[in-house]
Parts: sequence; C-alpha cells; structure tokens
Amino acid sequence: MKSIGNHLNFHASALQLRSRRNDILASNIANAATPNFKARDLNYDQQIRQVGGTGPLKATDSKHFNVAVKNPHQTLFYRQPINPSLDGNTVELSVEQLEFSENSLRYQTSLEFLNNRIAGLMSAIRGE
Amino acid sequence: MADINTVFDISGRAMAAQLVRLNTIASNLANAGNLASSEDEAYRSLKPVFETKYADEVRKNGIATAQAVDIVESNRLPEKLYLPDHPSADDDGFVYSAAVNIEEEYVEMMEASRQYQNNVEVITTLRTLMIRTISMGK
Repeated sequence: MKSIGNHLNFHASALQLRSRRNDILASNIANAATPNFKARDLNYDQQIRQVGGTGPLKATDSKHFNVAVKNPHQTLFYRQPINPSLDGNTVELSVEQLEFSENSLRYQTSLEFLNNRIAGLMSAIRGE
Repeated sequence: MADINTVFDISGRAMAAQLVRLNTIASNLANAGNLASSEDEAYRSLKPVFETKYADEVRKNGIATAQAVDIVESNRLPEKLYLPDHPSADDDGFVYSAAVNIEEEYVEMMEASRQYQNNVEVITTLRTLMIRTISMGK
C-alpha cells in the first residue's frame, strides 16, 4: 500500500499547494479595493522542494547544517508592487489575474498527472 | 461572524462588499442634482468603508476577505445656487445642490463592477477545478 501512496504522493502534494495558493490569490483579488491591504503570495517552488526532498542545498551527512526553511510561517511573502498606489493597497489586478490563471492551469496539470497515474494503476490491477 | 474557510467565503463576501459600494453609487446618482433649501438638508454623497477581514487561521493559510464595515457621508460641500424663483429657495434666494460628483461616481461604478466581475471569475474557475477534482480517477 505504501508504494501506491508514494506513487501518488508528489502530485497530490502539488495539488494541495496549488489549491492553497489559489485561495491566497483569491484573497488578494477580493481585497483589490481595500485601503492598506498588502497582497501576499505563496512560495510554491520552495514548498514543493520540501515535499519532494530536493533542493539546491541538500545535506549529505546528518552532521551537516540543514539550510532549508522549515518554518511554515515564512512561506508566505508580500508582493512588491510594480506601480504603488496612493491608498497603500499593493494588489495589482493584472498581476493577480495572471498569477491566478497560471496557477489554475498548473492545478489542472497536476490533476491530469494524478489521473494518468491512477489510470496506470487501475490497468495494472485489472491486468487487461 | 463565521470564519472564512473556502473560496466561496472569500469571493462571496467580497462580492457583497462590492454590492454595498454599487448601492451607494446608485443612491448618489439618483440624488445627483437634487435641490434643497438649506446646506444641512442637501444630499451628501455616501461612501462605503472597506476593511480586510482575516481568517482565524490567517497565519497558517493566509486567507482574507473584504468587508464593508461602515458607510460615511463625504465631506464635499453642497453647491450654492442663486435661483430666487425656485419654490425651495431660502430667504436670500439660494438653493443647495446635492454634493455629488457624477464623473467620480461613474468611475467608481466602473471600478466596482470590474472588481465584482473578477470575484465572479475566481469562483467560476475554482468551482470548475473542484468539479474536476471530485471526478478524479474516473
């Protein structure tokens, strides 16, 4: 059973992260008119590296220092506005819409990968 | 109020806030050009106050929505017009026109409807994704 879990784990985690990021981007779009709201985003690359166990600096010995960020609170960052507005709001609809459409497309991609893996497992189980 | 959990809470409440904004704009435009016999009676344009409403677990999930917490009268002064023949003119022959700037209201109406549409778009997209996720593996 564990191998089936491992087979699906990576894309399942990717799907969860994409879903979280969609919620955060939806919050930004919802607050597009609120004064002093600061747009936030999820550092997807860093998060998925943690899940996959890969990264630019991987410790090869247990005595090495671990440089990967372990604190989940640091995974959200504030967006730097391209054109700052007078009311202190850093939501730029063009940026948010772009990120949102890209993120939902990538969500669909992860979903497709998962579906293919499930279909592969099913055909192996059926033995057809 | 209840906690914010899903995208339906996020975008739904933001749409409600934008609707309050559109309602105030409609009231302002309906009263534009109204004349009154004193400065106090004259209509002042209404403006909603938006605030960010964070989820209880905002430190974990970063979710927030918008809320119209208050509606205030703008501090623009009514225009004083000299119309001695007008039935509601005061003793000196002045009437006071509603303090509404139509151009400003139009711009705000366009912005509010765009942002309403954006929230609808978010819900539509994520609902489609949810439906596809439910039928995963079929």
